[in-house]
Amino acid sequence: MSMLKFLGKRLALSLFVLFGLSILIFTISRILPGDPVRMALGSRAPQWAVDNLREQMHLNDPLYAQYYYWLTGAVRGDLGQSLFTRRAVIEDVREFLPATMELALSAGVIMAVFGILLGAVSGRYSNTWIDNSVRIFSYIGIVTPSFVFAILFLLLFGYVLNVLPTMGRLSPWIARPPVITGMVSLDALLSGNFAAFGDAIRHLILPAVSLALGGMAQEARITRSTISDNLRKDYIASAKGFGVPERLVMFKYLLKPSLIPTVSILGLDFASLIGNAFLVELIFNWPGFSRYGIHAMLNKDLNAVSAVVMVLGVIFIIVNILVDLIVAWLDPRIRLGAERGK
Amino acid sequence: MNYSRNTLLKRRAEGFKKGWYKFSRNPVSVLGLFFVLTVSFLAIFAPYVSPYPTHASRFVNFAEAGQPPSLKHLFGTDVFGRDILSRVFFGFRYSLMMGVVVLSLVVIPGVVLGLVAGYYRGTWIDTVIMRTTDIFLAVPPLILALAICSVLTPSVFNAMMAVSLMWWPWYTRLVYGLSSSLRTEFFVQAAEVTGASRSHILFREILPNCVSSIFTKMSLDMGWVILIGSALSFVGLGAQPPIPDLGTMVADGAKYLPDQWWITIFPAFAIMITVLGFNLIGDGFRDLFALEEV
Amino acid sequence: MGETLLEIGNLHVEFKVYEGRLRVLNGVNLSVQVGERVGLVGEAGCGKTTTMKCVLKILTSPPGKITEGKILLHDKDVLTMGSQEMQRVRGHGISMIFQDPTAALNPVFTVGDQLMSVIKYGSKGSLSKKEIKKRAIGTLREVRLPDPERIFTNYPVQLSGGMRQRVCIAMALSTEPELLLADEPTTSLDVTIQDQVLRLLNELVERHGTSVIFITHSLGVVREMADRVYVMYAGNIIEGARKEELFANWLHPYTLGLMNALPKLTGGGIAEGIPGRIPEYLDPPSGCRFHPRCPRAMQQCSQSIPPVVHAADDHDVACFLYRGETDE
Repeated sequence: MSMLKFLGKRLALSLFVLFGLSILIFTISRILPGDPVRMALGSRAPQWAVDNLREQMHLNDPLYAQYYYWLTGAVRGDLGQSLFTRRAVIEDVREFLPATMELALSAGVIMAVFGILLGAVSGRYSNTWIDNSVRIFSYIGIVTPSFVFAILFLLLFGYVLNVLPTMGRLSPWIARPPVITGMVSLDALLSGNFAAFGDAIRHLILPAVSLALGGMAQEARITRSTISDNLRKDYIASAKGFGVPERLVMFKYLLKPSLIPTVSILGLDFASLIGNAFLVELIFNWPGFSRYGIHAMLNKDLNAVSAVVMVLGVIFIIVNILVDLIVAWLDPRIRLGAERGK
Repeated sequence: MNYSRNTLLKRRAEGFKKGWYKFSRNPVSVLGLFFVLTVSFLAIFAPYVSPYPTHASRFVNFAEAGQPPSLKHLFGTDVFGRDILSRVFFGFRYSLMMGVVVLSLVVIPGVVLGLVAGYYRGTWIDTVIMRTTDIFLAVPPLILALAICSVLTPSVFNAMMAVSLMWWPWYTRLVYGLSSSLRTEFFVQAAEVTGASRSHILFREILPNCVSSIFTKMSLDMGWVILIGSALSFVGLGAQPPIPDLGTMVADGAKYLPDQWWITIFPAFAIMITVLGFNLIGDGFRDLFALEEV
Repeated sequence: MGETLLEIGNLHVEFKVYEGRLRVLNGVNLSVQVGERVGLVGEAGCGKTTTMKCVLKILTSPPGKITEGKILLHDKDVLTMGSQEMQRVRGHGISMIFQDPTAALNPVFTVGDQLMSVIKYGSKGSLSKKEIKKRAIGTLREVRLPDPERIFTNYPVQLSGGMRQRVCIAMALSTEPELLLADEPTTSLDVTIQDQVLRLLNELVERHGTSVIFITHSLGVVREMADRVYVMYAGNIIEGARKEELFANWLHPYTLGLMNALPKLTGGGIAEGIPGRIPEYLDPPSGCRFHPRCPRAMQQCSQSIPPVVHAADDHDVACFLYRGETDE
C-alpha cells in the first residue's frame, strides 16, 4: 500500500468520523432541558426578545432542520452565534484557540522529549537506581490528576518560592507583541522582542509542565519497557557481535524500533493532554480555548459547546494522522502493509 | 475430550490458586491490593470509622473553621469547620461508586459489541459497530463527558451517565482486536465445524480467552474513571456541594491556597492513593497474564 | 594437528533471575583448530548458544554473567580484552549466524543499511562508501540471492525466511572472519530449504577456508558439516572426538541416546528418544548433571563431577564408566 493511498483512506475515515461527531454533539447539545435563550438573556428579558432570538437561531424548527442549518453553516466556517459573548463563535475560536495551541504544543513537546529520554535511560540501565527513580516518577505522574499538579506547582513555585508567574500569558507591564500566529511566545520571537519572549516562556512553564507530566510518565513507561525488551533482541546482539560500535547500536539500531510503540500512543496522550487543558487553563487563568469551552459549558452556550468539541475533534484527528504517518515512516512493516508481528 | 463438571471446577480452582500465588509474590501488586482494600474498607464503614460522621454533609461550625492538622482533626478542618479526614473517608465512597457504577454499566455492552464486531469482521456489522466507536473515540473522553454533563443538571448521577456513555468504546476496541484474531484459531474453527451455535462460540470459546485482558483493563480503568470523575467535580460539573466528593473538595480548597493548604492537599492525596492502588493491581495482572497491550 | 584458533577453558556462566542464580554453563571446555569445522551438539537449552555469545562477549548482561573461565583466541583471552580490542575481534575475527534470521535482522532498517554497517565496522581496514556498497551487493550475490540490487533496498519483512537466513550468512561472511559461529542456522527454516542453506554454507566456508563452530541438535547434520564433534549436556561438554571416531565408538550414555534418536536408514521403527528432559538450572542435579536420566547411573555419579578422560586418541569423555589417562 502506497503512502498516498494510506493517507487518502485515513482522510476519508476522518471526514466520516467528523460527520458522526457533529451528529453526536448536535444531539447532545439539543436534548437539554430548559430554554438556553431564556438562560442567556436572563429572567427579566421580555418574552418578545426571547422569541426573536429563538427564531433567529432556528430553535423553533424541527431537530433535523436545525442540524441542516448548523451543518451548512459549519461547512462555510460559520459556527453560529455565541449566546453569551453575542459574537460569531468562529471569532471566539480565532481569538482563543492560539493560546491553547501554544500551551498544548509546548506541553506536547515537553511530554514527548522528556518522556522518551527518561524512558530510554531507564530502559538502558534497567534495575539500577536511575531506573527505579524513573519508575517511581512514572507512577506518580500517572496517578496524579493534572489539576493537582497545577495546584501544587501554583503553591510551590508561585507562592512559596515565588520564582515563576502563575497567571495569564504575559506580565501586565509588557506590551503584547503584534499578532502573527496568535501564540505570544512565537510572535515575540518573530518580532524580535526578546524581553516579551522570555516573559511569555516564563508564563508558559508551569501550565505546560503540569499538563505534560501525566503523558510524560506514560511515554517514559512504555519507552522503558520496549527499550529493555529490545535490548535482549538478537538483532542488537548481532549488530554488536559484528563490531558495530556501541553508540551506533544504541542510537540507531535500538532507538528506532523502540520508538514505534511510544509514538503510537502519543496521539492518545495528546488527547488526554487537551482534555486536561480544560482544568489547567482554569487554574492558571490562561485565556485559552479550553477555558472558553468550560465557560460555555457552565453557561449552556450550545453553539459554543458544539464548536469547541468539533474544533478539538479536528485537532485530535490531525494529530492522529500525523502520528500514523510518523509510525508508518518508522515502521516499514506498516508502510508495506504487512501484518505486524508481535 | 470429556471433562466432568467437577474436574473443570477443580482445574479452575487450581488455576486461581496458582495465579494468586504468583500475584502475591509480586510486592508491588500486593501494595496495590493493600491500598484498594484499605480505601474500600474506609469507604464502606465511613459512618463508623470517621471521627465526625456528621461533617460529611451540611454542617457548620465556624468556631473551628480553618484549623490546621492537629490531634483533634488529623487533616485539619475546612472553612465551615468540617473535619477533612471524615470528609475524605466519605469522599472515597463517591470515588469508588463512580468507578464501580461506570464500569458495571460499560463493560458488558462494550465487550459484547466488540465480540460481535470481531467475529463478523469484514461484514457490515463490523463496519457499523467499529465506525461508531471511532466517532466516540474521536474526542478526548474528558471533553465529551464535560459536554454531556454541561447540558444536564450537574450531579453525581449525571456524571456517571456521561462518563459511561464515553467509556464503552474502549472495551469494544480492546475485545474487537482480541476476538478478530481469535476467530481464526483452531479451537474456534473446530467448534464451528462441529456445529456449535454462534452464542456458544462467542461466549464459551472466544470470551474466556479475552477475560484476562478485560480484567486487567478494568482494574486500570477504575483508576482512570476515578480521575475523570474527580476532574468533572473539580470544574463543578459533577458532584455538587455539600457532597464530600474528593474532586469538589480539591476545587473548593484551592480558593484558600496557600494559607490553608490542608483543605486541598489531603483530598488530592486521597485521589492519588486510590488511583495508585488500582494501577498497581492492574500492572500486577498485566505481568501475571503476560499481556502486552491493554 | 594444526594451530589452535580458539580455546574455551572451564567456562562458567550464571544468570541472575528473580528466583535465584541459574548456573547455565558449568565448566565448558572446547577447542577449534585453524581451518577446522567443529560441530556442537546437544538438546535445546543445554547452553550452546550461551557459549557462543560468550565468545563474542554479547551475552545480555544483566542477567547473564561469566563467573569463571577463559576464552583464548590465538592465545589471547577475549574476556580480558578492552572494548577497542574487542571491536577488532568482532566481525573479521569472529562472526556469528543466529538461529532465527527474523530476530537477527533489525525490522526497521533495510538489508543494505544493516549489511553496510557490518562491512564498515566489521572488516579490516577502512573502505569508501562506494566500495562498501559494492562489497555488500557482491556478498548478496555470493549467497545466491536473486536480484541482489533489489534485495539491498528491501526490508527484512519483504523477504522469505530462507532469503533472510541467506542475508544473515552474507553478513557473517562479508567481514571475512577467521571463525564463524553458526548457531542452528537452519532450524527455523522449512525442511526443503534447510538442505540448500546447509550446502551453501558448507561451500562458502570451504571456499574461504573459514573455521566454523556449527551448533545443532541433530547428529545427522553434524555428520555432514563437521570434522570434530562436541556433545554438550546441561552446561557441560561431555564428549568430544573426531567425527569418524565418534560415530564409530561413542562412549557417553547421553551420546548413545542421541545416536538412537537418529532416524535409521535401514530397518523400520521410529527413532527412540531419551526419556526425561534437561534439568532445571536453578537447582541442578549434583555430580554429573545427566545422572537422573542416565540408564547406567552409579552411586558415584550423583556425588562428584566426572573428570574428563582421554578414552582414545583424540577422544575425550566425561563419564565415570571410563578410565583412561586423566586430564589433570
